[in-house]
Amino acid sequence: MTEHLPVLVIIIPLVLALIAPVAGRLNRIYSWAIALLATLFSFVGSVLLLHQVMYSGTISYWMGGWEPPWGIEYVIDYFSGFVLVIVSFLAVAVTIFARKSVADEIDEKKIPAFYGVYLLFIVGLMGMIVTGDIFNLYVFLEISSLTGYALVAMGKRRKAPLAGFRYLVIGTVGATFILLGIGYLYIATGTLNMADLGARLPGLFNSKLVITAFAFFAIGFSIKIALFPLHTWLPDAYTYAPSAVSALMASTGTKVGAYSFIRIIFTVFGVQVFLNQWVSVPYFFLIIASVAMLVGSILAIAQTNIKKMLAYSSVSQIGYIILGVALMNPIGLQGGLLHIFNHALMKCALFMSVGCIAYKTGITNIADLKGLGFKKPYSMVAFTAGALSMIGIPLTVGFVSKWYLAMGSLENGMWYLIPVIVISSVLMLVYFWRVIDNIFFKAGDAVKMPATPASMLIPTVVVAALCLVFGTLAFIPVNITGKAVLLLFG
Amino acid sequence: MSEKEMADDLVTDEQNSQIIRKTLVKKLIAFIQLYALYIIIFGELGPGGGFQGGVILGSSIIIYILIFGLEEGRKRISQKASDLFSSTGALIYGGVGLLAILFGGHFLQYSALPLGEPAVANHYGIMAVEIGIGITVAATMIILFCEMIGRD
Amino acid sequence: MMEFILAKYNYWIYVIIMMIGFYAVIAKSNLIKKIIGLSVFQTSVFLLFISIGKVDGGTVPIYQGTEAVYINPLPHVLILTAIVVGVSVTAVAFALVVNIYREYGTIEENAILEMIKHDD
Repeated sequence: MTEHLPVLVIIIPLVLALIAPVAGRLNRIYSWAIALLATLFSFVGSVLLLHQVMYSGTISYWMGGWEPPWGIEYVIDYFSGFVLVIVSFLAVAVTIFARKSVADEIDEKKIPAFYGVYLLFIVGLMGMIVTGDIFNLYVFLEISSLTGYALVAMGKRRKAPLAGFRYLVIGTVGATFILLGIGYLYIATGTLNMADLGARLPGLFNSKLVITAFAFFAIGFSIKIALFPLHTWLPDAYTYAPSAVSALMASTGTKVGAYSFIRIIFTVFGVQVFLNQWVSVPYFFLIIASVAMLVGSILAIAQTNIKKMLAYSSVSQIGYIILGVALMNPIGLQGGLLHIFNHALMKCALFMSVGCIAYKTGITNIADLKGLGFKKPYSMVAFTAGALSMIGIPLTVGFVSKWYLAMGSLENGMWYLIPVIVISSVLMLVYFWRVIDNIFFKAGDAVKMPATPASMLIPTVVVAALCLVFGTLAFIPVNITGKAVLLLFG
Repeated sequence: MSEKEMADDLVTDEQNSQIIRKTLVKKLIAFIQLYALYIIIFGELGPGGGFQGGVILGSSIIIYILIFGLEEGRKRISQKASDLFSSTGALIYGGVGLLAILFGGHFLQYSALPLGEPAVANHYGIMAVEIGIGITVAATMIILFCEMIGRD
Repeated sequence: MMEFILAKYNYWIYVIIMMIGFYAVIAKSNLIKKIIGLSVFQTSVFLLFISIGKVDGGTVPIYQGTEAVYINPLPHVLILTAIVVGVSVTAVAFALVVNIYREYGTIEENAILEMIKHDD
C-alpha cells in the first residue's frame, strides 16, 4: 500500500471532502471530524513520503499504469516532498483551530458545506505540489482557486462577497494565461509531461512561441502569487475572509503558487536558458522583487486594520521568495526555498493569533488592541514570536532565510540588494512595533474579553513555537532545501 | 359576445397555453433523458461523454422546474436527494480508482479490474466512470439552478 | 504581408475575441457583464487549443481498423476539462453576484464602490 501513497495522499482527502457535507447533515461535528481525519492522513502520508525520498530518491507514480510521457505521473522529490509536508502540517493546525473559530464566524447551516469546500481547497493545493504533468497542474490550480474564491466570500463582513468576486475575476484571468502558456508549450513540443518538456525544450529557445509561453506563465503565476503590480486582489481577500481561511490561504496558497512557478522555471525551462540566452529576465524579476519588498512594507505601515497590515506584509514577503528565485544561483534559491518554509509558518502563527483575538469580539482594528497583552497572554506571545521571526531576529526562522538571501546576493556580486533586504526588515520592525506597543505597553479599556478556547490556542502556540524551534535547529530545513536545490539545478 | 363571455375566453386561453406547455414538457422529458443517457454511454465512440450527458440530464429536470414551478420540482427531487447524488457520482469515480488499487494495479488502472480481458475491463471501467460523472454533473446543475432562483 | 494575415485568419479571430472579452472585464461596470466578458475571454483560449489539433487530411479519431490519418484528439480532451472549469467559474461568479446583490441592492460596481466609501 505504501507504493500507492503519492496518490492516496490526494484521493483519500478528496473522497472525504465529498462525504463531509453529507455526514454533516446528521451531526454538525461530523464534518469537522472528517476534515481533521483527512488532514491528519495527508500529514502522516506526506511525512512518510519525504522519509522515503530521503532514503531511496525520487518517487514516480504512474496514474492508471500508463507510462509517462503518455500518461500522467506524480513525482515526489525533495522539493515537492518538503512543500507537501509544510502544507499538510499547516492544514492540520488550521483545522484544529477552525473548530471553534468557524463555529463562531459562519452561519450554522453552512458549516458542513464549508468543511467540504475547505477540504477541496487543501486537496487542490496538494495536487498542485505532487503532480508532474503540466495540464494536471492547471486542473488542480483551478480546483484550489475556485474553492478559495468561495471560502473568501463566506466571511462575516459586508464586503466579503465583493472581495471574493474581485479575487475571482483577477484569478481567472491569471489562470487563463497559464492555460495559454501550457497550450503554447504543447504546440512547440507535443508533450505535457514536465520532465519530458525539460528534455525537449533546449534548442527551441529562439522561437517566439516559447518566449511567449514563458511570458504568459510569468504573468499568470505572478497574479497567483500576488507579485508586486498584480497583487491588488490580496489585501481585500485576506482581510474579509473568515479567520481560519485567512490563516490557511495566507500561509499555503501563495506558497504553492511560488512552488509551481519554481517548478516551471527550473524543471520545464531549465536554469541554463536564463543564464545564457534570456539574461534580462532574471534582472527584471530582481527589480520587481525589490520593489515588492519595499512597497509592501511601506503600504503595511499605513494600515489601521491588522489583517490588512498582515496582508500587505505578505506582499513584501513574496518579494523575498522571488528575489531568491531570480538570483539564479544555488545559495539564493536555497534562501528562497527556506523563505517559503519560514513565511508559511510565520504567517500562519500571526493570522491564527489575530483570529484568537477576533473570536467572539470581531476586533480587527489596531487601535482596539490596546492592553490586550495581559488579557490574552498566550496568543499575544505567539504574535510577538511571529513578528520577531518576520523581522529576522537571530534564533528565529526569518533570520536563516534572510541570511541565505544575503549570501546569495553577494555570490552574484549584487551587494546593493543587501541594503534593500535590511531596509525592508527595518520597515517591518516599524509596523510590528506599532502593534506590539499597543498590545503590551498601552493600557486598554476595562472590557472583559471572552476566554479563548484551548482548541484555538494550542495550534497558535505550537506553530509560533516552531518558528523559534526551526530557527535554532536550522540544520533540518537547510539540509533538505540544500538537496532540493541540487536537484533543481540539474 | 357579452363581457363575461369574453373574460371567460381570456382565462381559458391562459390556461390553454399553460396546458400546452405542461403537456409538451411532460412528453418531452422522457426523450431528453433518453438522449442524455445515450450521450453518456456512447461517449467513447462519438462526441459526448459524462459531462455533456450530465448537463442534458440536468437540463431535463430544470425545464420541468421552469414550467411547473419550484415546489412541484422539489416534490420530484428533494434538496437532500440532489445533494446526495452530487456526492455519489464523484464517489463512484474515486471508488473505481481505489478498487483498481485493491486489485493490484495503479490508481484508475481499469485493466486491472477482474472483468475479463484488459481491453474489456478498460471499456467497463470507463463506462462506470462516465456514468458517475453524469450523475454528479446532473445533480450539480439542478442544485445550482434551484439555488439561483430559490431566493429573492 | 497579406498572406501573413490571410493564412492565419483563425488566429486573428481568436485574438479579436480575446480582446473583446478582456475589454468587457476591465471596462464594464455591471458585474454580470464582467462575468460574460470573462467567459468570452476563456472561450477564445479554448478555440485556440482546439484549432491546433487539426491534421491535414485527418479523419475522426476513432479506430477505423485500417491505416488512416487521424486528427489529434488530445487537445479536445484538454478543452473538455477546461470547459468544465469555465462553467464552474461562471457558476461560482454568479453565486457571488447573488450574494453581493443581497448585501448592496445593486450590481453596478461604481454604485457599490460609492457605498463602500462611507463604510470603513
